[in-house]
Amino acid sequence: MTDEPVDHKRRRLLTIATSGVGAVGAAALVVPFAGSMVPSEKAKAAGAPVKVDISNLESGQQLTVEWRGKPVWIIRRSKEVLDFLPSMDGQLVDPGSEMAQQPDYARNELRSIREEVVVLVGICTHLGCSPKYRPEFAATAEAAFLCACHGSRFDLAGRVYKNVPAPKNLEVPPHVYTSDTEILIGSDSEAA
Amino acid sequence: MSFNEWFNKRFPADKMMREHLTEYFAPKNFNFWYFFGSLALMVLVLQIVTGVLLAMNYKPDAELAFASVEYIMRDVWGGWFVRYMHSTGASFFFIVIYLHMFRGLLYGSYKNPRELVWIFGMVIYIAMMATAFFGYLLPWGQMSYWGAQVIVNLFETLPIIGGALSEWIRGDYVISDITLNRFYAFHYLIPFILVALVVLHIIALHETGSNNPDGVEIKKGPKGNRWSKDAPADGIPFHPYYTVKDLLGVVVFLVFFFAVVFFFPEMGGYFIEAPNFEPANPLKTPEHIAPVWYFTPYYAILRAVPSFAGTQVWGVLAMGAAIVLFFFLPWLDRSPVKSVRYKGPSTKVFLAIFVVTFLVLGWLGTEAPSVELTAMAQFLTVVYFLFFLLMPCYSGTGDNLGFSGFLLFVIGLLMSLGLFYLLWGETPDLSTAMKWFYTLVTIAILFFLGVKPGWIRADAIKPVPERVTG
Repeated sequence: MTDEPVDHKRRRLLTIATSGVGAVGAAALVVPFAGSMVPSEKAKAAGAPVKVDISNLESGQQLTVEWRGKPVWIIRRSKEVLDFLPSMDGQLVDPGSEMAQQPDYARNELRSIREEVVVLVGICTHLGCSPKYRPEFAATAEAAFLCACHGSRFDLAGRVYKNVPAPKNLEVPPHVYTSDTEILIGSDSEAA
Repeated sequence: MSFNEWFNKRFPADKMMREHLTEYFAPKNFNFWYFFGSLALMVLVLQIVTGVLLAMNYKPDAELAFASVEYIMRDVWGGWFVRYMHSTGASFFFIVIYLHMFRGLLYGSYKNPRELVWIFGMVIYIAMMATAFFGYLLPWGQMSYWGAQVIVNLFETLPIIGGALSEWIRGDYVISDITLNRFYAFHYLIPFILVALVVLHIIALHETGSNNPDGVEIKKGPKGNRWSKDAPADGIPFHPYYTVKDLLGVVVFLVFFFAVVFFFPEMGGYFIEAPNFEPANPLKTPEHIAPVWYFTPYYAILRAVPSFAGTQVWGVLAMGAAIVLFFFLPWLDRSPVKSVRYKGPSTKVFLAIFVVTFLVLGWLGTEAPSVELTAMAQFLTVVYFLFFLLMPCYSGTGDNLGFSGFLLFVIGLLMSLGLFYLLWGETPDLSTAMKWFYTLVTIAILFFLGVKPGWIRADAIKPVPERVTG
């Protein structure tokens, strides 16, 4: 022990420096702790493409498959529906698919690769419920899809109506025809 | 040295007992509304005990969860009893807490000097909602799944960070096994945080002393009662007087509680919803989904606000604001008196309107949306907010409104104009009579409770007695 008086300036500097470094170290823990809660490698890898055989899909029929834990719908549209769809444009939020809710090859009036077959992610763009397909209203302004949760409506190209809670069209997943009767969902190229 | 002395030299058990029970002097005029604090504590303990017992048989795994709940119900000895106590306890917890909060509104228990008691209480309320939300996913039924889907997607509507935030909450791109696993961890964790918050709530309460139905500060009154010459004359020891009183409340409460546990555990679909008897199916949403009843007032507000400027975030913000506004009550209430007994007619009228609004919004939140119901929800959402926004006007004396009070009035006015626009511009299918009704009631509230002409203010506040009455 020395009898020198306490150097308060020096002591304050050391206190601040020690607390500061300690606080930075503790704050750095946020990275691994919060990081451990982001989707894991396994969750990221779960999005493998799904093969679907559509040879038995009748006109007006809906086929639901699971891709990345979400429902994907494949629906064969009748001639009547295809003729009706363009007449809806005035009642829709995004009739021309301006928003990025589809791959480029589905960025057309009917939002599909082949006119008669539409592929959609069956999750409402509002809060994620799965809308109900109502084939009896497919070619009417009543809307082919109604979301029971909050009343959003979509037509048979997955385009959202005006004045409903959902802000965007239904998503079209990446997909590719591997043959006349087979679709690969979740991939843009046959190789995948 | 006796064991008692040895122990108390090392840990202040007797001192704490005196400070918080035998020599904690509470006002002698507590009434019916003062049962619910101790009842809430008892329900919290029941929830933790039944929850730990359930955890011994429950499996937080998407493949096994639903079946493990059925296993608890059918094969575990007394399992159905423990589970129904837990599911009924969740609803009763909220019933008790809503009555407890209403007591605070009635008697101004949030007012100076008890602001922190109220704020800790609100944090408890939010922690309870989080616990209930995480717990509701665990049975992995249809309602569990789609309810969690909708609530987590609320965060997705936030600009910029929304997508990453909801992925971080789920730990996946959809509600999945990973989500279930972590929700279980949170559901188990938060109740212990709740216990800590309850300790803070009670320490803050015992520091300021309890309020009472007269809103009179007994500590400021005369001193000296039959137990102590320094204690407030109008105070009585919490133990044995209020412990015995509260025991009566416990007995009556348990009669109702077990009537539900034994005879109506599903409570007609309000405590346990029918679709939850079906295992979660990510490909199919139930026909009609609604949260459990204690969330429905806020859910009705969420649905009432339409999307605007290409985003749905407004409804989410309104729902958040509906809860956050409660935190500001101590500063919104400008009345010089605490208790509703001595407040003016405008406070009494608006408190009654608010209670009815909260209950009707709760009912609306359980119903499927329609033109009429959505318009009603929009109207009641505005009334809900006006209760808070106009509070500086209708609770104050008129000369203590301040700029903040004026600003809140303007916000309330703008919200009302928004309502009129929705009613007259965006709801063509609603009958004109209803449009006029909602419009005129809103204008009447703005005028009588906001602008408040002098002839109403004249009889605003009754004189508060020096001592507690009764």
